[in-house]
Amino acid sequence: MSDMLALDFMRNALLAALVVGLAAPMVGIFLVQRRLSLVGDGLGHVALAGVAIGVVTDSSPVWTALVAATLAGVVIELIRARGRTSGDVALALMFYGGLAAGVVIINKVQGAQTANLTGYLFGSITTTTRADVVVFAALSAVIVVVTVVLRQRLFAVAGDEEFARASGLPVLALNIVLAVLTAVTVVVAMRVIGLLLISALMIIPNAAAQQLSASFRSATWWAVGIGVVSSVGGVATSYYADTASGGTIVLLAIALFAVAVLGGVLRKAVATARHRRAERHPHEHGLECGHEAVEHGDHVDYLHDGHRHAAHEGHYDEHAPPEYDAAGTRPGRGRGDRAGRHTLEDREEVTR
Amino acid sequence: MSAAAPPPVVDLRHASFGHQGRPVVSDVDLTIAPGQVVAVLGPNGSGKTTLVTGLLGLSDHLGGTVEVLGTPLARLKDRTRIGYVPQRHTLSGGVRATVQEIVATGLLATRPWWRPTGPPDREAVRRALETVGLGDRARFDVDTLSGGQQRRVLIARALVAQPEVLVMDEPTAGVDEASQVVLAGVLRRLATSGTTMLVVTHELGALRGTVDRVVTVDAGHLGFDGTPQEYAAHQAERARAAGREGA
Repeated sequence: MSDMLALDFMRNALLAALVVGLAAPMVGIFLVQRRLSLVGDGLGHVALAGVAIGVVTDSSPVWTALVAATLAGVVIELIRARGRTSGDVALALMFYGGLAAGVVIINKVQGAQTANLTGYLFGSITTTTRADVVVFAALSAVIVVVTVVLRQRLFAVAGDEEFARASGLPVLALNIVLAVLTAVTVVVAMRVIGLLLISALMIIPNAAAQQLSASFRSATWWAVGIGVVSSVGGVATSYYADTASGGTIVLLAIALFAVAVLGGVLRKAVATARHRRAERHPHEHGLECGHEAVEHGDHVDYLHDGHRHAAHEGHYDEHAPPEYDAAGTRPGRGRGDRAGRHTLEDREEVTR
Repeated sequence: MSAAAPPPVVDLRHASFGHQGRPVVSDVDLTIAPGQVVAVLGPNGSGKTTLVTGLLGLSDHLGGTVEVLGTPLARLKDRTRIGYVPQRHTLSGGVRATVQEIVATGLLATRPWWRPTGPPDREAVRRALETVGLGDRARFDVDTLSGGQQRRVLIARALVAQPEVLVMDEPTAGVDEASQVVLAGVLRRLATSGTTMLVVTHELGALRGTVDRVVTVDAGHLGFDGTPQEYAAHQAERARAAGREGA
């Protein structure tokens, strides 16, 4: 560990990975919500054209890429807002045009065997300078602040554009803000994991987080955690295993996704085994159902023919009275008891 | 306050609405007084949704005059005064969200962008969920709710900003029996508390007893306009006429 941290370029690389791992999933969750997971990929293509312009004009590729990706992001939103069916084709033209122009220009200027091109496409984190890290950290800070301040609004617009517009939210403006945030994320991440893989760090941590959470808030936290672990962990792994950092980060994120899926399945299985479903009844418990409501910890139970029903997902659970819970035993009269705990004392069961 | 009658909630004169410059409903005259519960009936594609979404600025206002809450539509700044319950069969998007997270979005337009959620907002969300009978499910993942419950989440989202009129698009369509009963109860409670409602539906069904005026839209024009009793008589009359023709 300390040998890695003793190297200047590795310290820069790890810092860059940290800020990217933090910022990318925060923006990505809204892309997942809008079902636009691949937009980041497209903006990455266009950013390459920006890099090429930077190479040709001998200016900093980070800023020209930022301008190109931002413009493309805004154009995408304007096309979407017009709701034209040809929009899809327009996006394809823009994305592949950007990638092709970038490759052609960079090869023309620097020769076919340029390491520079590969560096932008797949990341070259070890060439990150201290100045780069400062720029990335500043841009990431902007991303984090804007997404935190506007997260409820971005959530509302991404979830139900029609309602957001009816309630008076500036839908187009918020969509453009999200497009610009995506463009900035692409540029910040291009050195770390490369333009062709950047979308992965925006999307995969969120896909994993969805398996582990039941609310938007907790999904955001999980995604940021998984993003940071895979980007910093990926860079460290690539140092010891001598692998490409960008690819390693993405593979690590996918491995975490697999673990999250497994964890989600296990948790669900345990929850199913530990709770008992109540019998089905056609009405819904609530203020007007006529059954007495009883506080039970953090929720409300309804007294239904002498036993307690608590809402759970699409059904009701049998909840034992607290004294039974404390003793660790269950009353043996739950008719919906699927675990087969009925005993001979349960008369109802015997006569059936 | 002055003794003058309050302005009508909705006042349309020769109004037409449509999409991309093409009118879908035209020449509509409709005045809705505060507290009225109006059902807008009509077959699919008749233009009834275009009519009500026109009041929300979601379809284009192409002609005539449209006043909502005493203000010309284009000058109505605070859109949360009109609560909107869109026609959606499911709430689940690409990501997880809890019931209270969804309902809280109804309040966003009521405060400046930089102000975070405060205790009064949380209280408003809690009250809206109580009103639709989902108070015990605030922290549930919306994906786990039934279709009818999700519809009530949409109603709570529209109610949370305390609108003066509620516009609902097919709130009862495709909802199971148990939920229809609860849903009808919710609408009845809102009607009793004096909420003005404009409900688009293709059948009165669950709304019977709550609605006090029926308007029909057919092929882009307003047809029948009267009480539910008159509507029933009108329907019977038409059925008889059709029977005579058939004989």
